[in-house]
Amino acid sequence: MIKVKNLNFIYPNGKAVFKGIDFSLKKGEKVGLVGPNGSGKTTLFHLIMGLLTPSMGEIRIFGKPRNKESDFKEVRRRIGLLFQDSDDQLFCPTVEEDIAFGPLNLGKSAEEVRDIVSETCELLGLKGLEKQVTYRLSGGEKRLVALATVFAMRPECYLLDEPTTGLDEETTERIIKFLTEHADTYVIISHDHELIERVCDKVYRLNGGRLERVDKISLDKK
Amino acid sequence: MHLEEFAEGASLLHRLDPRVKFITLMAFILLTAVVKGLGLPLYALAVSTVLVAVARLPLRKLVNRLAVVNIFVLLLWIFIPFSYPGKELFSLGPLTVSQEGLLYVLSITMKTNAIVLATIAILGTSEIFSLAHALVHLRMPEKLVHLFFFFYRYISVLHEEYIKLKRAMTVRCFTPGTNMHTYRSFAYLVGMLLVRSYERSQRIYQAMLCRGFDGRFPLIRHFALTGKDIIFCILMVSLTVSMAMLVLL
Ligand SMILES: Nc1ncnc2c1ncn2[C@@H]1O[C@H](COP(=O)(O)OP(=O)(O)OP(=O)(O)O)[C@@H](O)[C@H]1O
Ligand SMILES: [Mg+2]
Repeated sequence: MIKVKNLNFIYPNGKAVFKGIDFSLKKGEKVGLVGPNGSGKTTLFHLIMGLLTPSMGEIRIFGKPRNKESDFKEVRRRIGLLFQDSDDQLFCPTVEEDIAFGPLNLGKSAEEVRDIVSETCELLGLKGLEKQVTYRLSGGEKRLVALATVFAMRPECYLLDEPTTGLDEETTERIIKFLTEHADTYVIISHDHELIERVCDKVYRLNGGRLERVDKISLDKK
Repeated sequence: MHLEEFAEGASLLHRLDPRVKFITLMAFILLTAVVKGLGLPLYALAVSTVLVAVARLPLRKLVNRLAVVNIFVLLLWIFIPFSYPGKELFSLGPLTVSQEGLLYVLSITMKTNAIVLATIAILGTSEIFSLAHALVHLRMPEKLVHLFFFFYRYISVLHEEYIKLKRAMTVRCFTPGTNMHTYRSFAYLVGMLLVRSYERSQRIYQAMLCRGFDGRFPLIRHFALTGKDIIFCILMVSLTVSMAMLVLL
């Protein structure tokens, strides 16, 4: 699905984040991505979604090279990104409208959207929050709503940037349950090794600008 | 966008003392603004061009900035040549173009560009924070300096929030069209932008209060004049003075 070759990115202030990384994700793979703060995990996700443009290297998604803004239109329909900061994700006044925003952009009819919204809320346990104002939710509620807005688009693949940071055990369980039952291909960035242990088959570590495959067992030692 | 895009660099102008920059630039701007005719504005424009070259500014960004300014200048080109009294040069239907009017806008154009270029080359090459500091050192009223600094700070906040919201929309496949969904989404964008920037600025302010902010920025970094600063000062002042002498001649 995703194939990245010799990727490099330099921020406008001259900071080079990678030293050429290769990464690939096949359909059905559940991948964990770990690495110290500032190693470029979030940057990698943003490159895959076309929010940033690589300074070097190639990104192929769904079998096609993706270079221009227009190439990424399709990518964004089929891959869902959960931002590290929920405030980056939510922008409509109410929860309901925020969840409806994506499906509406995909051209769904009003009725379909209504169904999607109620089904999504049901699944993630957001019943009763639909009419709430998004910027007044608690941190954990925002996280769930943000996940709901991504899930509402029914992407083929999820890129989840620290989905459970700051969540209590019960809410974390809810997210894990959601992942195991409804998501088939995903990459999860997390510092929670137990989570990665439970929901991922494969783990990569990003460190010093390089990406390497690591054993799940070795996670806890380090 | 970030507003300090010219501040990155290591040219001579980037390393000068901002106090010297303010003083020399003020003199230069004042004089450029009052000179008349074509020769002196051309002289000022030449000085500015040299400054830009010394600062080694990225040309494309510079052209973009100049383009914005010159849109306003263009408006002058539409009105002044027709309305300024003077010797008739030629006429377009009922409208006549005067020679004086034409020379006048040409002079304004050169002066405007000279001032903008010099400002970018001299002030644009310092960070806002050190400029604010320099203003305090130059005995500007602190209230005004704070106003200037927070204005800048909050414009950046507003812009950051805008970038975030736009990104949130892009990843969920938003494409603008002429329909209710688009209008509503843009309305949400603007509304959220205001609400969130306001809340962000409240939080920034609270964080400052928690760290003992009492309305004043203590100055930690003090500037020290170096040989470079003195040479630059002498050079700029003599260029400006020579311009003033030419006016008097
Ligand atoms: N807008 C930016 N401009 C300049 N540098 C940036 C910007 N965003 C991130 N960086 C730098 O790029 C590097 C990678 O950032 P990134 O956010 O991808 O890290 P991360 O692996 O997601 O870290 P964390 O675990 O803390 O979320 C960091 O060193 C950061 O300082
Ligand atoms: Mg991150």
